[in-house]
Amino acid sequence: MSEMSELEKLQRMCRVVREDILRMIAAAGSGHPGGSLSAVEILVGLYFSRLRHRPAEPDWAERDRFILSKGHIAPALYAVMAHAGYFPREELLTLRKLGSRLQGHPAKGRPPGIEVSTGSLGQGLSIGVGLAVAAKLCGYPWRTYVLMGDGEIQEGQIWEAAMSAGHYRLDNLCGIVDRNYMQIDGSTEDVMMLDPCADKWRAFNWHVIEIDGHDIAQVVAAYDEAASVKNKPTVIVARTIKGKGVPFMENKAAWHGKAPNAQELELALSQLY
Amino acid sequence: MQTSTGKREWRLCRDGFGDAIIELGKTDRRVVMLGADLSESTRALWFKEKYPERFFSFGIAEQNMLCAAAGMALAGLIPFVSSYGVFLSGRAWDQIRTTICYSNLNVKMAGAHGGISVGPDGATHQALEDCAVMRVVPNMTLVVPCDYHETRKATLAVAKMYGPAYVRYGREKVPVVTNEDTPFELGKALVMRQGGDITFIANGYMVSQALDAAEILAGEGIEARVINMHTLKPLDREAIIRAAKETGRIVTAEEHQLAGGLGAAVAEVVVQTYPVPMRMIGMPDSFGESGTPEELLTKYGMTAEKIVTAARSLLNKNGETATV
Repeated sequence: MSEMSELEKLQRMCRVVREDILRMIAAAGSGHPGGSLSAVEILVGLYFSRLRHRPAEPDWAERDRFILSKGHIAPALYAVMAHAGYFPREELLTLRKLGSRLQGHPAKGRPPGIEVSTGSLGQGLSIGVGLAVAAKLCGYPWRTYVLMGDGEIQEGQIWEAAMSAGHYRLDNLCGIVDRNYMQIDGSTEDVMMLDPCADKWRAFNWHVIEIDGHDIAQVVAAYDEAASVKNKPTVIVARTIKGKGVPFMENKAAWHGKAPNAQELELALSQLY
Repeated sequence: MQTSTGKREWRLCRDGFGDAIIELGKTDRRVVMLGADLSESTRALWFKEKYPERFFSFGIAEQNMLCAAAGMALAGLIPFVSSYGVFLSGRAWDQIRTTICYSNLNVKMAGAHGGISVGPDGATHQALEDCAVMRVVPNMTLVVPCDYHETRKATLAVAKMYGPAYVRYGREKVPVVTNEDTPFELGKALVMRQGGDITFIANGYMVSQALDAAEILAGEGIEARVINMHTLKPLDREAIIRAAKETGRIVTAEEHQLAGGLGAAVAEVVVQTYPVPMRMIGMPDSFGESGTPEELLTKYGMTAEKIVTAARSLLNKNGETATV
């Protein structure tokens, strides 16, 4: 019973976060709605359930580390962080504006809780490898999570990082691939084929969990399974829908990096499910 | 400070780096070392032999290594990353710019095999653009030490400061022109020879050549000031402005492309503060090739003799300023 209500709370949070993402990007006049909407359950399941963190004490030494390697979905991260209590929700509408802490792509410490600057794709998993190696060396208990886009894993550096994480048996590292099958130029499989995606990670000595990335129960269960795996890093390949929740944006590459105008925002909010 | 050319000892800058990281490993447990399959050549192996648990091999994968170092720095460690300059500054430039410098992370980079004196390996391995591409990135500290002692001191110094730092040095033995007690302060140029007629501003191996050039000119009654500009960023602007005002002529000398390196950095200061005639010695917009270090330095004009020629072009017989 209490488990049900916990999941319901997370689902409700996902809806509110989606509304905020749409409003922020519309107010900014630019940004990336498609990939932000596809990663909502992944982020909410982490920040509101499994991530060990203290929003009021962002540099708490024992916090789990989260790296947003697909930095262009900063609006989703900002919305989740605001609801978690890192900064006031009103600040969300300053996204991408001069003087705002909410940069177009995440900038370290702006606001506190952003661990490192990201935005040039392919670099976050390596940062996660460094954090996880350091935690093992120093005996730190915290875990490191890295969220990647699926188009992003076309970057060669991702596989350098994957190889090194397998080599160092980083069971304190959890990667998540937002597998929405879309990127700017179209389908990932047309732009540069990624399947069999899970097999690639297995070949690099990772434990792979494949889930429906919009089923919050599966998301949370995957984080638990990842934490229980020993001697291997884990990657969660989360099957998602780009633009999830807004019918006219779903599976449309055109909404990768385009802001809705006022009418489109109204329509999107009215149709949001 | 002035040493007669024939009696100089020649030593590897790489050994200065190696000795420094061993010292650092002993005194600071936060210091870790990362290598990309060149650990013997870069002397990272010396660290590994003493502190194996704090050495991390990353294979032939520089981009991952640089960002992993960034992650280690985020966790409070002081990672030293070593590789050849071409791979460090070139292959991983975006990683250095966006992950390390934009986030202002405490990653220390050691770029070995800088300059044409890499020799027979040829153009692919001769880092001649590394200073230019490292110098333009905000938050970076860039040091080009001139010999064994200065490389050791520079390595120790960058470990003490907070923030990204890159130490650049060559492959071959170079003349030892400083000693254990020579002062070294990041961002503060070292005047190695006093003189009021002209100033030579050099870094790396070319410091020894500037000193030799000054000796040659001294025989003709011309007193050249020699400034060792070991820190390319932040640049010691005051030393440059003082040299421009007091000597009226400047020759820069570096083992690097003329574009974007020490000469360019000095010129940026000179033209905006106290314009004086300048000449620049360095690689003339060309790739290198295979050959012995001596052959290559001579062919591409990075020698004491070329500094003398450049100086003469700035000085007429009466020691007056030539027209630019």
